[in-house]
Amino acid sequence: MHTSLNKKALLVALVVTLACVVISFYGSRKLQNFDPALIAYLFGTLFALFGGIYRYCVWLQRPPTWMYFRRTWQFVFSGSFFVHLYYLAADSVKNLLFQRFIYPRGKKRWIAHFLLATGCMAAFAITIPLTLGWINFTLDPATALDPGTTRLYYANFFGFQVMSFKLGSVMAFLIFHALTWCSWLVIAGAVFFMVRRMTNAGLIATQTFEGDLLPLILLIIISVTGLGLNYSYAFMKGMAYDFMAVTHAISVILFLVWIPFGKFFHIIQRPAQIGAHIYKKEGMKRGMAVCPHTGQAFATQLHVDDLKTVTQQLGFDFTLENGSSHLDFSPEGKRSLLAKAHLQARQEGGNLFG
Amino acid sequence: MEVTAYKTDMEFFVDMQRCIGCKACEMACAECETNGHQSMIHVNYVERAVSIQTTVQVCMHCDDPVCARVCPADAISKDDFGVVHSANTARCIGCSNCVMACPFGVPIKEEKYDMMMKCNMCYDRTSAGKKPMCATVCPSQALFYGTREEISRMRPNSTPVNTFIFGQQTVTTKVNIMMPKGSTHLKVH
Ligand code: SF4
Ligand code: SF4
Repeated sequence: MHTSLNKKALLVALVVTLACVVISFYGSRKLQNFDPALIAYLFGTLFALFGGIYRYCVWLQRPPTWMYFRRTWQFVFSGSFFVHLYYLAADSVKNLLFQRFIYPRGKKRWIAHFLLATGCMAAFAITIPLTLGWINFTLDPATALDPGTTRLYYANFFGFQVMSFKLGSVMAFLIFHALTWCSWLVIAGAVFFMVRRMTNAGLIATQTFEGDLLPLILLIIISVTGLGLNYSYAFMKGMAYDFMAVTHAISVILFLVWIPFGKFFHIIQRPAQIGAHIYKKEGMKRGMAVCPHTGQAFATQLHVDDLKTVTQQLGFDFTLENGSSHLDFSPEGKRSLLAKAHLQARQEGGNLFG
Repeated sequence: MEVTAYKTDMEFFVDMQRCIGCKACEMACAECETNGHQSMIHVNYVERAVSIQTTVQVCMHCDDPVCARVCPADAISKDDFGVVHSANTARCIGCSNCVMACPFGVPIKEEKYDMMMKCNMCYDRTSAGKKPMCATVCPSQALFYGTREEISRMRPNSTPVNTFIFGQQTVTTKVNIMMPKGSTHLKVH
């Protein structure tokens, strides 16, 4: 069963990667707009895409993940579709773009994570289309030849001109330095987390080097060498350019290749949180489960019922002799039942304490 | 989690009949660095309307943890010592699957953080060879952390049990519960 499941993931990953190659081939106008200097990055990106999709599909096939995935889309497409769509969009902006859920965990933590995430996401949005040749910049030939005029640049998407800006304009400054801004954001966020991980006793006890520290170190190396590349020729007459170019390439490719497996996979996983919100919201509409022990509502009936299915798929069976289930009880009910059973055993043993 | 001084001869022994509901463990639990100073241990009345019996519950650190298996985000992991760790903050999506599926009612969904938190046996302390906070303060020794020799000397008429039966399901755990001498399991329900 397991191999056949992973074949599915392999197939999906292959199809998506091939589709991306085809789109990029035509999007770059049969490689005309493709920047050969980025070839190593291209392979890194394609691998990350392949690995990411593969891992995502394997992950989706786990019974609890699949349950949430299935339910989310089932709810989105049932009833008032646009209301759901609005909720989906609003919740995504709040929790994916702004990571609002981190704020209560710590204000500084949120600021740092927001900087780090914004820097990373913006950098992805810029570099991936550039690497795949979807975006390129061209110089207007007329202004290029005439020394008296300011040079005019065109930004093209899939070979179609989408905007133009003058060299030396604010727009040009922002666009050509976009990755610089991203680097500073990432450095600020990553340094904060690095300090936190080195000083917080709880984190020190539970973190691992490769799981928690290495990702931060990698992000810092990427950003610092990226900045270095830029500043090397802007202010330092090209000093150490080659060294930084190589270090930058290696660290970026490591990062890309690692996305599907390590800490960075949480970026791909996080949208599931939106699904969990929809699941709870829809479940509440359908009714709450009441604990037979405490007599209180404690979860949605949908959740309790789905968990019975999921636990059975995973090989657990909490069915009781009377046909009900241990999962029908709330957490407090479960703790009390255990205590009651323990008291009874003690009483039967003839001694309360022993 | 890399270099540790975890003592494998030390174990957790719980006897909820000894719980007097003083909640000293709750206070102590909030001292644990790994929970961000939030108490994770449960002390509750069993059936307040008819009895003053209280019970105490720590994570039992199951051999095959249901919480981890039902987690859609792979946020819960068990380490080489058998300690089942609290949710990975980057991964947990706050779905509460673990909260509802744990047969012992242990994990807590922190609504404000949209995340699950639970007892990890004071990993900051146990990984340094110390005892969990709750066990160091419990005045009635409902919570005891030590070696098997120590507990058998202290409780000659009891046997540590780590097998629990919930209907069709048998669950075995790292944490023990003290039962009448000769018991092999605790049947709940
Ligand atoms: S007692 Fe509950 S929370 Fe602890 S390991 Fe077992 S299933 Fe997980
Ligand atoms: S609440 Fe978090 S740790 Fe618990 S099952 Fe859901 S994602 Fe996993």
